[in-house]
Amino acid sequence: MAAEGKVDPMHQFSIHPLFGSDSWNIGGYNIAFTNSTLWMAIAALLLFVFVAGGAKRQLIPGRWQMAVETFTGFVDGMLAANVGPNGKKYVPYIFSLFMFILFANFLGLLPLGVIGLHAFTFTSHFSATGVLSILSFSIVIIVGFAKHKLHFFSLFVPHGTPALMIPAIFVVELISFMVRPFSLGLRLFVAMMAGHVLLEVLSSFVISSGNASLGLFAIAGLPSFILMVGICALELLVAGIQAYVFALLTCVYLNDAENLH
Amino acid sequence: MPQIAQLAATYSSQIFWLLIFFGFTFFVVGRGMVPKVMETVAQRDKQIADDLFAAERARKQADEEEASWRARENANRAEAQALIADARGKAAIATADRLAAAQAVIDGKLADAENRIAEACRSAAAEIEDVAADAARDIVSRVAGLSLDDAAVRSAVKENLVHG
Repeated sequence: MAAEGKVDPMHQFSIHPLFGSDSWNIGGYNIAFTNSTLWMAIAALLLFVFVAGGAKRQLIPGRWQMAVETFTGFVDGMLAANVGPNGKKYVPYIFSLFMFILFANFLGLLPLGVIGLHAFTFTSHFSATGVLSILSFSIVIIVGFAKHKLHFFSLFVPHGTPALMIPAIFVVELISFMVRPFSLGLRLFVAMMAGHVLLEVLSSFVISSGNASLGLFAIAGLPSFILMVGICALELLVAGIQAYVFALLTCVYLNDAENLH
Repeated sequence: MPQIAQLAATYSSQIFWLLIFFGFTFFVVGRGMVPKVMETVAQRDKQIADDLFAAERARKQADEEEASWRARENANRAEAQALIADARGKAAIATADRLAAAQAVIDGKLADAENRIAEACRSAAAEIEDVAADAARDIVSRVAGLSLDDAAVRSAVKENLVHG
């Protein structure tokens, strides 16, 4: 790319099959092992190693165990604050969700390009984030109907709604409820993609201005590079925040399902 | 935008592998290991709470023991003070008794001595009378050549001794 003098900021999101591109099919659907799949596997494996290292069950924890216990305690506290005592049983799911997205986001930011590898952020694909958001939304719906039966529909009629307004409010609340899986999945996808595009665009400024002339590099390239450093720090923050937001909103939705309003 | 451009070609692979790896994460990490970690934390919290409770109970017991020891100590001290006061009272009475007895003995001795002195005075006065009477009769017989009656001389001497 750089050799051509042009940087395509969207190229980083393209999916390449690594193997099994033609032969791996289930019921006619292709399930090729792609670079996206590889990073999902790396995220899952690293998360496994991280938690396994902290599951030593020592009464006096070491540093690693403290780190893992901090995360489980964080998720536990988030559920306790948003769902209450009923939320305890969702700790495994919310923990998996939060940590999986967190690891994916951070892994996508690793500067592996320096050693010739290409990090891939699968959370910048709505085909991946959509699966997670639909998963969360399905759990909310299943728990809601299993726990409250048809009374779950009272979620769409807030307390104190005048009888006359109930049909209109019901429709509005239903729409806002049904939008949740889309907003949940799209938020993560957009936030991750935007940051990566921004970094890529700034890096293309640095490269093309550097190729053009020294004066242009000083005017445009150097400030862009400095800005990139700042944006990188911001992206690390966003990576954590987006994972937190995803997990937090799932908690809030689970609260609706568990406790209604 | 590869996310949309490649969607038709890659969505099945994306969904399938995400479900596989997230499923692995959920079942192995989330359900397999997280409860153990949480259990360890809960166990530790419980142990700390138990230890704190035991320490609190031990402190309370120590306080109680100290209070009872203090009460016992105060009672003992009061008893000792009472014993001392009693002994002091008894000793004072005994001293007073012995002083009174000694006083009585001394008074008796004094009275005896005074009696003896008075007796000695009387006998001395009588002897002086006898001597004076003898001397007076001798003087009278020598000077006047009179032989006077013994009783008359004695009464005259007595009268002179008394009136000076």
